[in-house]
Amino acid sequence: MKLGIPSRIFKVFIIGITTLYLAGPLYGMIDFSTKPLGNEGGRSLRAWKAIGEQEDLMSSISVSFAIAIIVMLLLFLLVVPTVIWVHLRLPKLRRPLELICLLPLAIPGIVIVVGIAPLYRWISIHITESPISLAGVYAMLILPFTYRSLSAALALVDISTLAEAARTLGASTMRTIFGIVMPTIRSGIMSGVVISLALVLGEFTISSLLSYDTLQVVIYLLGREDGKIAVAVSLAALLFVFGILFAIPTTKRQRAILDADIA
Amino acid sequence: MTNSQIARAGSHTGTGSRFWRNKRDYLGVLPFLLLAGLFLIWPTINVVYGAFFSDEGKFSFDYVLNTIKDDAFKIPFIHSLQISVWSSLVGGLIGALFAWAISTGKPDGISRRFVLAAGGVLAQFGGVMLAFAFFATFGFNGFVTSLALKYSETNFLASPNWLYELFGLGVVYTFFQIPLMFIVFLPAVENLKPQWREASEGLGGSSKDYWFRIGFPVLFPSFLGGLLLLFVNSFSAYATAAALISQGTIIAPLSIGNALSSETGGASAPLAKTLSLYMVLVVVIVMALYTLLRKRVSKWEQ
Repeated sequence: MKLGIPSRIFKVFIIGITTLYLAGPLYGMIDFSTKPLGNEGGRSLRAWKAIGEQEDLMSSISVSFAIAIIVMLLLFLLVVPTVIWVHLRLPKLRRPLELICLLPLAIPGIVIVVGIAPLYRWISIHITESPISLAGVYAMLILPFTYRSLSAALALVDISTLAEAARTLGASTMRTIFGIVMPTIRSGIMSGVVISLALVLGEFTISSLLSYDTLQVVIYLLGREDGKIAVAVSLAALLFVFGILFAIPTTKRQRAILDADIA
Repeated sequence: MTNSQIARAGSHTGTGSRFWRNKRDYLGVLPFLLLAGLFLIWPTINVVYGAFFSDEGKFSFDYVLNTIKDDAFKIPFIHSLQISVWSSLVGGLIGALFAWAISTGKPDGISRRFVLAAGGVLAQFGGVMLAFAFFATFGFNGFVTSLALKYSETNFLASPNWLYELFGLGVVYTFFQIPLMFIVFLPAVENLKPQWREASEGLGGSSKDYWFRIGFPVLFPSFLGGLLLLFVNSFSAYATAAALISQGTIIAPLSIGNALSSETGGASAPLAKTLSLYMVLVVVIVMALYTLLRKRVSKWEQ
């Protein structure tokens, strides 16, 4: 579409102002994290170099990644097969399943903490004190996003015919779901994986109120001691997730995220 | 045909075996249902149910009826509503304009991918890091504060106190609201067909006619949907405020956090549950409005 001169000026103005506004705090992070200790002038990479020396931080990073991996396993082994199963065999349950999956959108994280606190008290006494158990509630938080992208992907292919063909050729139910249907909708599953990773690495509300030391909780605590290191870590984490989002191409993935948001 | 295939084909027609096959199918959702029941449905029920009890564990309407009359809880709630309305209006408008501006560029270029990824990160990524970004920019040693101190000491930016008040929190919220509106609204603007514009021009319509009679009416439902999403998003946000404001309960999620943790001594499970119930009610009302709207739009789109 060709734009007139006034529209073009307006467009440049909008893009300029918004980019400036959004880039400002990001530049602020670079600026702040490269300031030396005290009030001296000049630049220093002290805060960036000190990241590796923070033992709490390093252990929280491995904890958060471990949780992310378990959430993904739950996604692969439980959520995706269940959605496919309901799609194929139990069409009556489609609507209830959708409602369950979209429920976390209506229940703010802070409310889930209130409701789930007794459960985690029980878990920490009787099963484990490890933050790994957070994977259970995180797997629920990603449901709206994964469900949307899965059902969009399932709508694109005729799954029933595919499954019927597989069965006629003698494939077992497991083989049909894991070997045939799941590879077919892998783009939908991939977007679920990306979101789980971003969500687990960015989650603060639930883990902090349940007193588990995940990445965000440790960054928050670090901010009380040494703001510059905390800012450096935050920027590194932002760039990491940006890298993942940027590396996984096609605008389809973005659409899937978006559908989940709109739900 | 082998025997087993005949048997299988037979099971399709025999009503009895089909009944049993269906029953067994239901077992397949059981593991998922257990997990969701434990980590999602039970906590939700627990919140709603628990709001109707007193601290001594007796059934009572005390908390549900009286909490909202108490200024200590009413004011944060009103603040929460205010900040959500304002940040979604401002963020929604700027985000929508930004989406339009970006949509006029190349759809598959590398810059589009860059902007989308950046929008995704800023919209979905953690509130703690966002708070730090603003500390680093507008806080005591932030570069904007330093610049303001150098050039105009009377400017409100020279003293970072505004950042720790409701206004400052709202400004921080726009930082994730704008990108969220952008990624939600972009498909809607991209769906504006160039033919509509050509048709409008062919019939002698000006650019203004096009926007006011075609563009805005077509985009309005998606815009409103985006606004509602932004509202829920900022209404639920806890991390940003918790990281930015260390003392006091300026918005409702902070009151809930306060009622939940015993550090301050004011812990009360029924109070936390009552406040949570109020929050869920607000979100449900907003979502219901959105669903109504959505139905209207899809009817109209057909």
